[in-house]
Amino acid sequence: MVAFANGGTLEEQISEWRTYLRRHQPIHVQDVEELESHLRDQVAALVDAGLAADEAFLVAMKRMGNLDALSREFAREHSVRLWKQLVVAPDAAGELSRPAFVESIIMVSLAAAAALAIKVPELFGYHLWGDGQEVYARNLSLFVLPLLTGYFSWKRRLDKIVCLWLVLPFAAAAVFANVFPFMPGSHTEGLTALHVPIALWLAVGVAYVGGRWRIGSGRMDFVRFSGELFIYYVLIALGGGVLTLFTGIMFGAIGLDVRWLAQFWLLPCGAMGAVIVGAWLVEAKQNVIENIAPVLTRVFTPLFTAVLLGFLATMAWTGSGIDVKREVLIGFDLLLVVVLGMLLYAVSARDPLARPDAFDALQLLLVVSALVVDAVALVAVAARISEFGFSANRVAALGENLILFVNLAWSAWLYARFLSRRGSFAALEQWQTAYLPVYSAWAALVVVLFPPLFGYA
Amino acid sequence: MDVSKDLVAASATPLVLALLAEGDSYGYAILKRVSKLSRGQLQWTDGMLYPVLHRLERLGFVAARWEASESGRRRKYYRITRQGRAQLATQRRQWQVVNATLRGIWSDVSSPMRHGMAPLLPGS
Repeated sequence: MVAFANGGTLEEQISEWRTYLRRHQPIHVQDVEELESHLRDQVAALVDAGLAADEAFLVAMKRMGNLDALSREFAREHSVRLWKQLVVAPDAAGELSRPAFVESIIMVSLAAAAALAIKVPELFGYHLWGDGQEVYARNLSLFVLPLLTGYFSWKRRLDKIVCLWLVLPFAAAAVFANVFPFMPGSHTEGLTALHVPIALWLAVGVAYVGGRWRIGSGRMDFVRFSGELFIYYVLIALGGGVLTLFTGIMFGAIGLDVRWLAQFWLLPCGAMGAVIVGAWLVEAKQNVIENIAPVLTRVFTPLFTAVLLGFLATMAWTGSGIDVKREVLIGFDLLLVVVLGMLLYAVSARDPLARPDAFDALQLLLVVSALVVDAVALVAVAARISEFGFSANRVAALGENLILFVNLAWSAWLYARFLSRRGSFAALEQWQTAYLPVYSAWAALVVVLFPPLFGYA
Repeated sequence: MDVSKDLVAASATPLVLALLAEGDSYGYAILKRVSKLSRGQLQWTDGMLYPVLHRLERLGFVAARWEASESGRRRKYYRITRQGRAQLATQRRQWQVVNATLRGIWSDVSSPMRHGMAPLLPGS
């Protein structure tokens, strides 16, 4: 039984009880409302019979029964619900939320708009698989992210001034992605294509948190959202692949070659629309199933730690150094990104008040071993950087490596303090959420400064 | 006296259906009514009624709707369906068989119980 013993008024107690109940997956918002209605009737009857409000609440609670047992009972009755609700999206919770069908309509229109947007440059003679390839690469995120931002601005009822501010980064991105005279096949152009989405993701985040950007928990929600969206996107992409395959096979059976359909319509339009649909799905199901990203983190943290430690041990044993190829830094950047991702999702799913456990120690071990591996690589690269020269790609990779290294090093320090009970877990969470704008700021820097700095090469 | 858990669980469906056959009702009122009819001897854990109601709804024996109450709060009202009435009739026949059998035995063995159990069973 849960104790609600911290006093407070009846309303506070009921709202605390409601919150506790909502956390139980099989009990839905409407069921909570039904149970709450019952609780209030019971309390009212007991108060009429002469009990004080808090006594009445306690008695009513007791009669309601053990909430965990109740939750199990609901789960038994509604086991299909967990899956069924994926698309139905009931949200009778807050008065602020919009009706589900309106949201579905908005979502479908936005997804359609994104799917059409990617075909617009073709009207001006730029072709995705032809001479317009570079234009498409640089502007890819601009076809869908403004719409995604619009979706969240609408859903969170952002006020107009914030909306106007949000137009700014997209306008700036559109300008910087298109004004520079890039040389054909230049590295800076590739860097722009890669960094525009990272820079703009922050704008999506501001809309997502509905203006609560200054609050750490809002940013953490955005981190969760990003991870879930990524997973959903991959799943939708897999489904799209199967659909494409079957389309090809079926039309092939009647002697028609429909590769053009897949190549020019299904793939590009689907890739854009799926971002909106994925975002909507994450929104719809966030109360229903436990988030997947933290689960994957739990599975892969031990495995990655083992691989990294094995790598270090092998290197120490055989005495072989890292074979420094030209683009070796990118690989280690990716390693740090993966480790940071695992750290972030472990942090996002953890109860900050819980005591440190074995998984925390493992997490620290993962971060430290990744740092050591990266440091070894950095030393190797630094020794030969003059030989390679400072190209745009290498400076960008080095900068990213540094940003990730700083983040992980400080995280390791905070984690160690937490494990030795000298610091709180909240400090680590705060550090991670406070660091989020740094990635976007660096990405913006790369987009704006690198092309002129490196002569558009 | 506490009625055993299994018996409570077994009697829940006919009880709820019988009460709803009297008229539409909502969870709290159903519990009040059960408690009153059994003179407080049939105690349900309040929360457990709702999974039962939801199961009956899924099986099509009752239909639910939300309605605003006097206090402005929404309440979920349940109504028995035609299928539910048929189910109630079946259950009633079954309970009557059980009841009649038990009565037969108990009158034969000259009532080993000082205060009977029979009035608790529905249909008597």
